Amino acid sequence: MGKPILEIQDLSVEVSGKRILNDVNLQICEGEVHVLFGPNGSGKSSLIMAILGFPAYKVVSGKILFKGRDITSLPTNERVKMGIGVAFQNPPAIRGVKLGGILSRLTPNEEKINELLRKVKIPSSFLERDVNLGFSGGEIKKSEVLQVLAQNSDFLILDEPDSGVDVENLRVLGTVINEALQGRSALIITHLGVILQYINANIAHVLMNGTIVCSGNPTRILGQILNEGYAWCEKCPKVKTLRCEL
Amino acid sequence: MSEGKNAALRALNKPSEFGPDLDISQYSRQPKNWEPCPISSLPKDILEKAVEVGVLPEQESRSATFFQIDHSVIFKAVQKIFEDKIEIMSAKEALKKYDWLKDYWWRIVSVDTDKYTALAELYWDQGYFIRILEDQKVIIPLQACLFISTDNLNQNVHNIIIAEPGSEAQIITGCTLHSSVQRGLHVGVTEFYIKEDAKLTFTMIHNWAQNFDSRPRSGAIIEDNGLFVSNYMCFKPLKSLQMYPVAYCRGVNARARFNTIIYGVGSSYIDVGSKIVLQNEGCRGEVISRTIATDRAQIYARGLLQGEHSDTKAHLECRGLLLSDEAVIYAIPEIVAKAKGAELSHEAAVGKISEEQVQYLMARGFSKSEAEALIVRGFMDVSIFGLPRDLEKEIQRMVDMTTERAL
Repeated sequence: MGKPILEIQDLSVEVSGKRILNDVNLQICEGEVHVLFGPNGSGKSSLIMAILGFPAYKVVSGKILFKGRDITSLPTNERVKMGIGVAFQNPPAIRGVKLGGILSRLTPNEEKINELLRKVKIPSSFLERDVNLGFSGGEIKKSEVLQVLAQNSDFLILDEPDSGVDVENLRVLGTVINEALQGRSALIITHLGVILQYINANIAHVLMNGTIVCSGNPTRILGQILNEGYAWCEKCPKVKTLRCEL
Repeated sequence: MSEGKNAALRALNKPSEFGPDLDISQYSRQPKNWEPCPISSLPKDILEKAVEVGVLPEQESRSATFFQIDHSVIFKAVQKIFEDKIEIMSAKEALKKYDWLKDYWWRIVSVDTDKYTALAELYWDQGYFIRILEDQKVIIPLQACLFISTDNLNQNVHNIIIAEPGSEAQIITGCTLHSSVQRGLHVGVTEFYIKEDAKLTFTMIHNWAQNFDSRPRSGAIIEDNGLFVSNYMCFKPLKSLQMYPVAYCRGVNARARFNTIIYGVGSSYIDVGSKIVLQNEGCRGEVISRTIATDRAQIYARGLLQGEHSDTKAHLECRGLLLSDEAVIYAIPEIVAKAKGAELSHEAAVGKISEEQVQYLMARGFSKSEAEALIVRGFMDVSIFGLPRDLEKEIQRMVDMTTERAL
């Protein structure tokens, strides 16, 4: 096991005065790929926003360390510069801001951008489009992955890279993501775990009501969730114990 | 006295329907005298200001040029290879040369619309006549500059643009002033005639000064299958600007499009709209307006689509971005349907810079201020103008210069 790259310690977060994450503890080491499961509204995306330091996500206690440095009060762009890359689930459309413009900021290497375009199977004309404006579900995912790859970060956060993507594009994205994960660490949110067909994850966590209630083998946890739903997590004695501690 | 003069006299005290009412007697009618000369020999400070509004001294970049300072036409020329395609001259000269031109004069814009049209009739200070001859496709843009060099001057121009059947052209008009000019009133009447199968893109850039007033009065008639695109940009502070140009899609399948990008700074009072009247089968119209208000600027962004014939279609999009709590944007879109089967729609949205967008760009490594600048610049994206690539780049450079200074 390598050194920890991301450490989340007793993290509690509020949005507009409402508690959405409770004492979250998570440690991801260099070269590890972690998966985050959880029902809708359990706080998965909120955890990502908190890791990125979006101002609306107010840390009320605990801290976030990246590469050993406390980043809890750093602005988003500073965190990103340290090596965090993120592919959002529902990124906002920005009129007049071209995808190509963002990419050229992420990497000055035009050849690299062209190579990535070929890999994710996006025509270069796509670079002239306003980012996320009128993009289809699949196009959004591809554009997000493209940006993360251009950024060349050590730690990748992928928020549902497999949702709303057709089979063919899923294969393209899965292959590209798998390749990108070699030698890198990642935190991947997935609902149905489809992306796990393409990548090897080390550990999975289940987030419920803003707390990580279970961690373990990704395939086993996914199997339980797919068979019995999150109701299984409710019944699980381990979860109950943790819940009692809240 | 002619009927037009009488009507103008009667309208000389008539306020405009919109915008602050100006006391027209406060402006001077004493211009500096300018002798005709090649553009390149104009003083450097004038040339720099002209370039800022898209008017270039290099003749090879433009197919034809018209340059007026105060009340004097100092230059007009058509590049040799375009001589049999374009005519450009002062409106006075054109009226002398062509008897028929009087039938185009005050035909779309009424002389008694308000005190400003009246001024343009009673105290008329030139302006240009541009005509693209039949079936001529002019690939290099034409340019016209209306320049003010005297403080507190009143300049009233009347322009006529005729795109003869089957012709195509791009025109850039820059209206600006000398850096020593702080006050003044520019009235610009422009009448556009887009004939059958003709295509005209008219891009107007205004750069005025803090205490300057501007009252353009424009109208266009578009015949069968004609296309009229009018682009307007104003990025610098001024005291007041009010205009509400109208395009009448008169012919079958006539199309009109208005694109406006306004950056309101300081205490500018800006009331700008665009009207499209769809009068025949297959007519199409589009109005796109992007306004940004900062400091204490007040902006009224109007738009009117009027469908007078079935099988017509038009859309109006009014977007505003507020960068200051003391600034105000009023978006006022209007739709009038007078015929069954006229499909008219509008959308309007005014808001601050979206926090979500800023965060997204920060997650791509941009600082907060870089992200905001990028969003503002994106909001002023000139690709909505649909210009040829070179011209678009040129205009984008001007926008970038403005946003860099402003942000």
